[in-house]
Amino acid sequence: MIALHHYLILSAVIFAIGVIGVLVRRNLIVILMSIELMLNAVNLTFIAFSRYLGSTDGQVVVFFVMAVAAAEAVIGLAIIISVYRHRQSLDPQEMQLLKW
Amino acid sequence: MVETTQNLVQSDLLRWIPLIPLLGSVVNLFFGRALGKQTAGALASAAVGASFALAFYIFWQLPATGIFRDLVYTWIQSGSFQVNLSFQVDALTAVMLLVVTGIGFLIHLYSLGYMGHDDGMVRFFIYLNLFIFFMLLLVMGDNLLLLFVGWEGVGLCSYLLIGFWYHDHNNTIAGNKAFVVNRIGDLGFIIGILVLVAELGRQGIWTLDFVELQKQVKLLQPGTITLITFLLFIGATGKSAQLPLFVWLPDAMAGPTPVSALIHAATMVTAGVYMTARLHFLFALAPATLALIAVIGAATAFFAATIALTQNDIKKVLAYSTVSQLGYMFLAVGMGAFGAAIFHVFTHAFFKACLFLGSGSVIHALGGEQDMRKMGGLKAHMPKTYWTYVVATLAIAGVPFTAGFFSKDLILWQTLSHGATLLWALGLVTAGMTAFYMFRQLFMVFHGECRAGEHAKAHLHESPAVMTWPLIVLAFGSIFTGWLGAPEYLWGSRWDHWLEPIFGTQVHHGSVNTELLATFLTLAVVTVGIYLAYLMYGKPGTQPAGAASHGIFYDISLNKYYVDEVYDYIFVRPFTAVSKFFASVVDPWVIDGVVNGVAATARGFSTIWRGLQTGNVQHYAAMFLVGVLALLAYYLGQLS
Repeated sequence: MIALHHYLILSAVIFAIGVIGVLVRRNLIVILMSIELMLNAVNLTFIAFSRYLGSTDGQVVVFFVMAVAAAEAVIGLAIIISVYRHRQSLDPQEMQLLKW
Repeated sequence: MVETTQNLVQSDLLRWIPLIPLLGSVVNLFFGRALGKQTAGALASAAVGASFALAFYIFWQLPATGIFRDLVYTWIQSGSFQVNLSFQVDALTAVMLLVVTGIGFLIHLYSLGYMGHDDGMVRFFIYLNLFIFFMLLLVMGDNLLLLFVGWEGVGLCSYLLIGFWYHDHNNTIAGNKAFVVNRIGDLGFIIGILVLVAELGRQGIWTLDFVELQKQVKLLQPGTITLITFLLFIGATGKSAQLPLFVWLPDAMAGPTPVSALIHAATMVTAGVYMTARLHFLFALAPATLALIAVIGAATAFFAATIALTQNDIKKVLAYSTVSQLGYMFLAVGMGAFGAAIFHVFTHAFFKACLFLGSGSVIHALGGEQDMRKMGGLKAHMPKTYWTYVVATLAIAGVPFTAGFFSKDLILWQTLSHGATLLWALGLVTAGMTAFYMFRQLFMVFHGECRAGEHAKAHLHESPAVMTWPLIVLAFGSIFTGWLGAPEYLWGSRWDHWLEPIFGTQVHHGSVNTELLATFLTLAVVTVGIYLAYLMYGKPGTQPAGAASHGIFYDISLNKYYVDEVYDYIFVRPFTAVSKFFASVVDPWVIDGVVNGVAATARGFSTIWRGLQTGNVQHYAAMFLVGVLALLAYYLGQLS
């Protein structure tokens, strides 16, 4: 039997992987994928609780998140393409114009 | 304001007396260039003339004990403290009005000739009209604040006119000196006004109005009155060139000669005397201040006369003689004889204006030469100037039946009859010295051989009529104005009677015999002075340039007791040194140091903190994570 806390642990692990990906990877596309990973980890938590509590509220929120994630992917990829066209690079460490 | 005096008469005419010269000044300011020099000058003269006519009309209408008042509007209203822009004319003001506008008018006329060749003539008349306006404000203001406005205004005009020929840097310096020295006095004056307002306000009386002040003056403590009058007198020493603030007046001779006549002899410098007379009710209650004023006055009269003995500049002699005569006036004030002081103001205005204008005529004829050693023998060339100069010299020397005789004698007699024998003796010696230096001047300028250069000699000429007529009028005034205030043993004084409502009855102590004796003593001293002058400078064969052996006293007098040098060492140099110190040390290091230090400190801190802002989004995200974890840890800690 897979209990609630199994889901939660899995979700936490995926979320942590996503966070680390955002912080350390040097490619904007991978960072965007890491953000998706974090969103889906959260989705998993929602579903798990929804099931555990016998309420559909969590599932509704998940649909919202998926819609937002889709929109985000569209805009994010568009920005990434635009950045690449300008700079021929997707390394965030090179994008430091907004500093002292 | 409650008008309790029933003989206070409203008269809307009064405001036009000062306004007309102001209008003249403004019109010339904007259109003077377009009008041309002569028209602008004529306009300015006409404005003062109209003012004089109006003043004369007011004088004629003025009842013996009445006051004309013209309330224009309320100037300051703060709680129960109220100051009006309001003019008043009583017997005292009427006298000053006639002097200011009358002599002012003559000097305007004279200036038409004197300044005729000057490029700055329009500017000159703008200043002159403005001066008349401020002087009228000073004498006509019905409260102390308005008087102060006029007081500062005439100071400004004096500064402007001393530095009129600003191309010469020395003239600018002289103007600055006059301004700064006057500021020192004015500081005392304004503190005096503030103390007066504060102390009366403490009693619930908020006013600066002269009529009100006179009624409420009894509320003040004697000590307070002494303090106030002392502070006000400091102002008077500045404006009226008394010890120790007299140094500006001789330097003020840098201005055009009509200015010296109008401002630095006849009118503005008498403002201090007028102020004390206007506030006589206050000064009369402060015997300590009066004693101080008497001593300062007598000392100034003596001191300045000794300097005038040896000066070689024709205007410097007259300047020091003015300081000396102002000393006489303050001697009279110190004796409580305000009427006598104003009488001397009145007569002095005529003969001193006449002398200055006469000297101006001489300077004009010689093409700007002011050194008396290069004059002489002008009698034949300029008869009108000569004879008017003689009359005015007789008047200032105090020869019987001239104006100066009556007024100076009155002051000396008041001093003696008050028992101030030492001060009287000083005044007596001064009278002798006055006679000496004035006749010395007369002999050096008009008698003997002409010592002018060939070029100047060729151009010698009598001044035009527009310059000589004022001289003639003033010469008549130098004799007959004195007759108004004749002593009891002659035909009695109309003057005392006229000013009686203001100053109260003048009490005459002592007997007529003593008075006559004192008069003869004065005359003897004056005669000795004139005779000495004749021996040393007038007798054929004397050397005017350096008749006396150049002893130590001669040098000290010639160098004006080194007062300027002493002031230079005591005040000016330390001040400049301190200024330099501040300019070279405090300003770059302390002031700039603080300002730059603040900036550097902010910069230093920001150098530390700005390292955080890498511009790298991933770093920000890491910080974000740290924050979230910290918050999480905190709330979890709260839970357990």
